[in-house]
Parts: sequence; C-alpha cells; structure tokens
Amino acid sequence: MSIRIERLRKQFNGYSAIDNVSFSVSDGEFVTLLGPSGSGKSTVLRCIAGLERPDSGGIEIDGEDVTRIPVQERKVGFVFQHYALFRHMTVLENVGFGLRVRGVKRREWEGKAKELLELVGLSGLGGRMPSQLSGGQRQRVALARALAAEPGLLLLDEPFGALDARLRRELRTWLRKLHDRIKLTTLLVTHDQDEALELSDRVLVMNRGRIEQDAKPQAIFDKPSTEFVAAFVGETNRLVGVVHNDEVQWGPLKFGSYSFSDGTRVAILFRPTDVYVSSQPEGSEVSGVIKTIQFLGATESMEIDLGKGFSITAHVPKGVAEQSGFTQGKKVYITVTRSHLFFSLGSA
Amino acid sequence: MITESAPVRRILMTLAFGFVGLFLIVPLVTVFGGALQGGFPLFIKNIRDPYTRAAILLTLQTAAVVVPLNLLFGVTAAWAIAKFDFFGKRTLMTLIDLPFTVSPIVSGLIFVLLFGAQGIFGPWLMRHDIKIIFAVPGIILATIFITFPYVARELIPLMQAQGNDQEEAALTLGSGGWRTFFLVTLPNIRWGLVYGVILLNARAMGEFGAVSVVSGHIRGLTNTIPLHVEILYNEYNLVGAFSVASILAFLAIATLVTKMLIKWKTRQEMILEEAS
Amino acid sequence: MKLLLKQKSVLPGFGPALGFTLFYLTIIVLIPISMLFLKTATLGWSSFWETVSSPRVIASFGLSFGTSFTAALINVIFGLIVAWVLVRYRFPGKKIIDMLIDLPFALPTAVAGIALTTAFSERGLLGSLLGSIGIKTAFTPLGIIIALTFIGLPFVVRAVQPVLEDLDKEMEEAAVCLGARRWQTFVHVILPILFPALMSGFAMAFARALGEYGSVVFIAGNIPMKSEITPLLIITKLEQYDYAGATAIATVMLIASFACLFIINRLQWWSHHRQEA
Repeated sequence: MSIRIERLRKQFNGYSAIDNVSFSVSDGEFVTLLGPSGSGKSTVLRCIAGLERPDSGGIEIDGEDVTRIPVQERKVGFVFQHYALFRHMTVLENVGFGLRVRGVKRREWEGKAKELLELVGLSGLGGRMPSQLSGGQRQRVALARALAAEPGLLLLDEPFGALDARLRRELRTWLRKLHDRIKLTTLLVTHDQDEALELSDRVLVMNRGRIEQDAKPQAIFDKPSTEFVAAFVGETNRLVGVVHNDEVQWGPLKFGSYSFSDGTRVAILFRPTDVYVSSQPEGSEVSGVIKTIQFLGATESMEIDLGKGFSITAHVPKGVAEQSGFTQGKKVYITVTRSHLFFSLGSA
Repeated sequence: MITESAPVRRILMTLAFGFVGLFLIVPLVTVFGGALQGGFPLFIKNIRDPYTRAAILLTLQTAAVVVPLNLLFGVTAAWAIAKFDFFGKRTLMTLIDLPFTVSPIVSGLIFVLLFGAQGIFGPWLMRHDIKIIFAVPGIILATIFITFPYVARELIPLMQAQGNDQEEAALTLGSGGWRTFFLVTLPNIRWGLVYGVILLNARAMGEFGAVSVVSGHIRGLTNTIPLHVEILYNEYNLVGAFSVASILAFLAIATLVTKMLIKWKTRQEMILEEAS
Repeated sequence: MKLLLKQKSVLPGFGPALGFTLFYLTIIVLIPISMLFLKTATLGWSSFWETVSSPRVIASFGLSFGTSFTAALINVIFGLIVAWVLVRYRFPGKKIIDMLIDLPFALPTAVAGIALTTAFSERGLLGSLLGSIGIKTAFTPLGIIIALTFIGLPFVVRAVQPVLEDLDKEMEEAAVCLGARRWQTFVHVILPILFPALMSGFAMAFARALGEYGSVVFIAGNIPMKSEITPLLIITKLEQYDYAGATAIATVMLIASFACLFIINRLQWWSHHRQEA
C-alpha cells in the first residue's frame, strides 16, 4: 500500500505538534521518521493509524482519503514502544486477537497465529503469558500480532526503545530481513539515527513538527540540507563565522563559501571523521596540538588545540593513530575534507 | 482520542449522575432539609434540648477515650507491619481487618456475652457492683472494637510505600529510635495519620448497631447521638431527629472535605518534590 | 518476638510494637470473638440446630443474603459506571462527586437510615414519585436493597478506580488498530483487567451489607418472615432475653463474615498480582 500525506497539521493545547507536513511512501518501501522527542514524529504516525485526528490536511492510503475512516477499518498494523500486549491473554491469543474480533473461527485464527509466531521465530511459545517472555520476545509477539490481521501498512512507534543496545541491534537486522521477505510498506518512528540509517530506504528528519529533510540515508549523512539535520545525525564540529570574499575564516581554518554573500553570518559544520590528521604537513598549513585523546573502540577521538582559544574534535581510526604515534601534546597537521555551511541566526 | 461515541458517553454520564444523585445527594438533602423544616429557631431549640446535650456529651466522652487508644494501637501496629517482614504478617493483617466484616450487632453481642448479666464475667461484676453493659463502659468497649482497624489500615500502605531508607539513614546519623520516629517517620505519614484519626473519630461518634446492643437506651444517661436520633425518629419527632442527625451529617461532610484537602495537599507536595 | 523476623532489621522497636499489637488485638478482638464460639459450644448441637433452622431464622437468612447479593450486584454495575465516568471523563464538579463517593463510609448508618426512609416513604421526595407508578419501596425488601446499595456504594468504585487509572492506554489503542470495535475492546481487553477489582469490590460490598443494621432497620418494616433481616432478629432475641438463640444466629453470621473475609483476601491478592504482571 502507498501513503500520501498532504499538509497535515495538529495542535495540542495551542502547541503545534505537526506543522504542515507532507510526504509520501510508495508500496513496499521502508521509511523512517527520525527526530528528537517532541518533534511530532509519533503524532504523524498516530494520525496515519487513526489514533489521533489531524486538525487539517489529508491522509491517503492507496489513493483513498482515510481522514474520516475510523481506526478499525484502516487495516494498519501498529507496534507500540511498550509492546501493549494484552497481559491477560496467552501469546497465541494476543497474536490471533485481530482475527478473532473480525469474527474468524477459532481453528482458523489459531492456525494463522501459529504461522506468524513461526515467522517471528517464536514457535512453541504460544501457550505462554506475556509476562513470561523477555523484552525482545515481547516485541516480536507485538509485531506478529500486528502482522496477523494482514495489514497493508506496518507502523512502528519506537519499537526497540525499551530494549538494551545489543538486543536493539539484533532485532534491527532481523526486522530488515523480515521486511525484505514480506515487502510490506513500513513506517518507523525513532530517535535513534543508527536505526534510521541502517534500516530504511528513505529517512525523513523531523524537528518541531516539520520535516527538515527527506532523502536516502547516505544523503542525510553526507548532504544534510539544514543545520539541524547536520547536527542531529552524527557528531559534528560547529563553528560560526562571517563570509568575506567568498571565504569564511575561523581561527587558522578557511572554508570556501560561494552561495552566501559577503557579511553573512554562517554556521560551519563538519564531522570529526571528516578531519584528516597527520604528523607531517602533507600540504596542510594548519597545525595544532593534541589536547586530549579519548579511546572510543575502533576510533580515537582527539581534541586538537589550534591556538588562540580555537579547538576542534577529530576522529581517527585506531590503527592510524597508533601508526602515526599520536599522543597527548604532539603537534599535528589537519585538513577538513568535507564541511557544510548554513545561514546562521545564532550567536557564536 | 479513543473513547466512546458521544451518545454512549451521555448515557454513562446520566447513569452515573443519576446513581450518585439518588443514593448520595438525596439522603444529604433530606437530612438538612428535615432539620430546617420547622425553621432555624426550632432547629436551635432541638439542638439545645437537655437530652440532646447529654447525648452529645456522652458521644464526646466516648470518642475521647476511643480515639487515643485506637490511635496508639494503629500507629504501633503499622510500625510493626510496615517496617518489618515477619512470619504470620498476612494473618495478622487479616485479623486486624476482622471488625470491618463482623456485623455491628454481633460485635455488640459478644460484649454482652462477656460482661452482661448472663455473661461469663457477669456474676463477678454484679458482686462487685461494676456495670459495663447498659452503661458507659460497654459503649466505649463496643466502639473500640468497631473502630479498631481504621488508623492501622490508613497507615500501613502509606508506611510501606515510604520504605525504610529514611529511617535507616537517620539511625546511621546517630539518631535514637524514638527520635527517628518523631523526626523522620511521623512527618512522612502526617497527612495519612490526620485522615485516619478524623475517620476514626467520625466512625466512633456515629456507631449505631453495636452501641445499640450494649447501651440500654437510657435517655440522658446511655444515649449517644445516633441512639438519640433513633429515639426521636421512633417518637415521630422528625424535625428533632433530623436536627440531631444533621450534627453527624455535618461531621461526615467535614471528614470528606478533610480527605479531599489532604489528597490535594499530598499531590501538591509530590509535584514540588518531583520539581526539585 | 525477634524469632519471627524473616530478616534482621536495624530499625528498633519490633519486639515491643508487635507485642503491643498482639496484646491489644487479643484483648479487644480475639477474646471477645472466641467467647461467641465458646458460648455456642455450650448450647449443644441440637439446640443450636433447632434455633438456626427455625423457619423465621431461615427466612431472615434468605432475606439478608438475597438483598445483600442484589445490592452488591447493583453496586458492581453502577460502581463500574461511576468509576469509569470519574476516571475517563472531564466535567465540572468532578472533585465534589469523587469526594461524595465516600459518604457512606463517613455518614453514621442511623442517619442514613432515617434519611433514606424519609426520602423513600410514601410522602417522601422519591417515594411519592415511585408510588405514583405503583412501586412501593419503604417497608419492603426493595427498601432493604436501597439501604444496602447505599452502604456498599464506595467499595466497587474505590476498588475499580485505581486499576482504571493505571490501565495502559496503549493496550486499548492496540486493540482498535487490530480492528476491535469499542465494545469488543471493552469486553475482551478492559473488562478482564478490571474483573478481579470488580469481584473484590463486590465481595466487600456484600460482606458489609450482610451485617448492616442501622441503615436498614428504619426502612425495612421488620415484619417477621417478610422483611426481617438477620441482625435485627438477633436484636429481637436479645430483647426477649433469648441469649442462646441470639448467640446461635450470631455464630452463623460470624462464620459468614469469616468466609467473606477469606474470599476478599484472596481476591485482593489476585487483583494485586494481576496488576503487577
């Protein structure tokens, strides 16, 4: 099923939860709404499901306007952050609930529920109560339950939010594989950028009720279209300067600027991984001193003092750092390989 | 957003209001309306009647004995039950609840069987010329029995929710047992304690069934306020009955208002605590 | 005393506190109640049986159980509705109504009794209204049910309210998303969760109604075999100096109370347990 959202608005007590949001999802696509808490991403999802009624705007599912259609008839599968399993029913009864309330006979819904438990890798646990399952198992039951009624659309609201980091990564991979198999149009809401970038065909970054960027994961990371996206997705160094002769000078660093006129105040963002650090000049005129080194596992994070109170953060692969003998107090040369400039209202 | 359709909501509201109106508001209106039926001067006259005054005095005397005793018991029992884990705790709690479920008539009767003329201690009491049944001590005993669980019931869940951390912290800081209780435990449970005492007092002053069995209904001597209400009512003195009853109804409303205020107050304190 | 502790505690005063509690409990509650059984034991089985199986006593048992059961049932239905409206809906005066729910706990039963009787008597506010459509309430079993409904009113509301407040809203949303109609959500999802609380509210209302005297005695009419409840019969026996008879009937009542208490305890444990899971 495909979705089309047209100029959606929703206010809660005078505060805009969604402010003029439009986007579309094509059949079989996996799209993620990424944003901080309070950005309105969950509200969009709840509007699509019919759990909230938008103040204005339209929601089309397969070309049909569903804005006035009650939740029960939208045929969407919704997975909640805290699972929302019916705790007084067995796992099998939970999974079969959607079919049961539609008047499907017991034998039939039980069969279908067993099939789905197998799909999510929980066959044999149908007789348990939800309280006897682990967090990851519960979330998979919730997913099986949402899929059992054969929805045309799967909506996931922070589905891994209540799980620990390791389990979250496991389930993420598993979910992507499942999607590749069943090809169900899926809309995921999350605040976890790794989850969004790894899982989705397309990512919508939301902030303050608006969509900041709608692009493929790679483009979100490499070509952020707004300062918010650049700052929210991945780590960044953020500097502020004024354009002068198509250039911005910040301490010893210079950045080319062709799209801003002279005298414009701009914010410059670049990723610590986009900073090339070497012990030899290698054509770089900018040098600094390593102030601190922090071990992050595969990479090392260094704070480099550029003098006169200017400093930046750089991430260097562990092997490179060891080979070059980077230690605290060592003099290094740096080059910023990729940066993003944005019009800035904020102060330095 | 997920709720019933408007007509269903309206039906449910109507049923709820109807039920509450019929069973709670009508009786209240009847009491106060009945009391003022003959005008305010008559109401005052009824309240100032010597027999009414004697009943009020006896009720106050009873409460003055019952409330401190059951308060002491309630706090002690709550301390033992809420702060310690021991064998037989559930049984003990069930036994404390007993007077809640025993019929007031049966509660009165057991004291008649103990201290009445035919009772076990009856002959001995008679020989020593001590009167318990059909006298004030009987009324007090029956009231103690009936109102026995109230304070403990109010305090136990409260003290359990508070946990032992604060008391333990006080002890490590060198505070003694009593000091810890008065400086740490008591301030934490003060609102629950206030409500427990007020409810205990209201029930002690209003007890009818048990007291009715042991009192003997001697006007001016062993008549509490509720018993006096009954006598006036049975004499077809409706205005008088309702006038005296309105004292108790007023006490009941004051109890409910206190509970509401305390609920509001504790919520306020909780919000403050969370904010800080 | 210390031997009873499951775990050593640094807090002082366990021994004296438990000691005093047990002492007071024994003096005030346990000894007096055991007197009743002692006295019954001296009656002998045949005279005990003769008393409690006499038609008048049996009729009173039937009336007391029947009216208490009906009143508790009414309270389950309306208590659920009132709790639902108080928790789920917003309307002016909600706090006041919430406050008034406890009125039957705080209002002395005699006051409630004369107020209900007056309101439902033929010349009363509601009695005349009901009378005009041919329903007679005061001095009939219907009047007893009214008084007992009043007495038991807070139990169901107060048992259901917290469970309803804690009810996970997501669960209802999950049900609608899966296609359940509102009534299906209620029957399959909400009601099973409320059930233990409803049952324990019912049991408490029933237990309280069974022993109730003050509020019933005025409205009941007290006609032997027709509208004479068991507690009143005990009083009647006492007034006739039939201590043996009163004791026998009281013993049956007390056993019924114990049974109720036991059931309530189990139900509360169940309700609590259900909520934790």
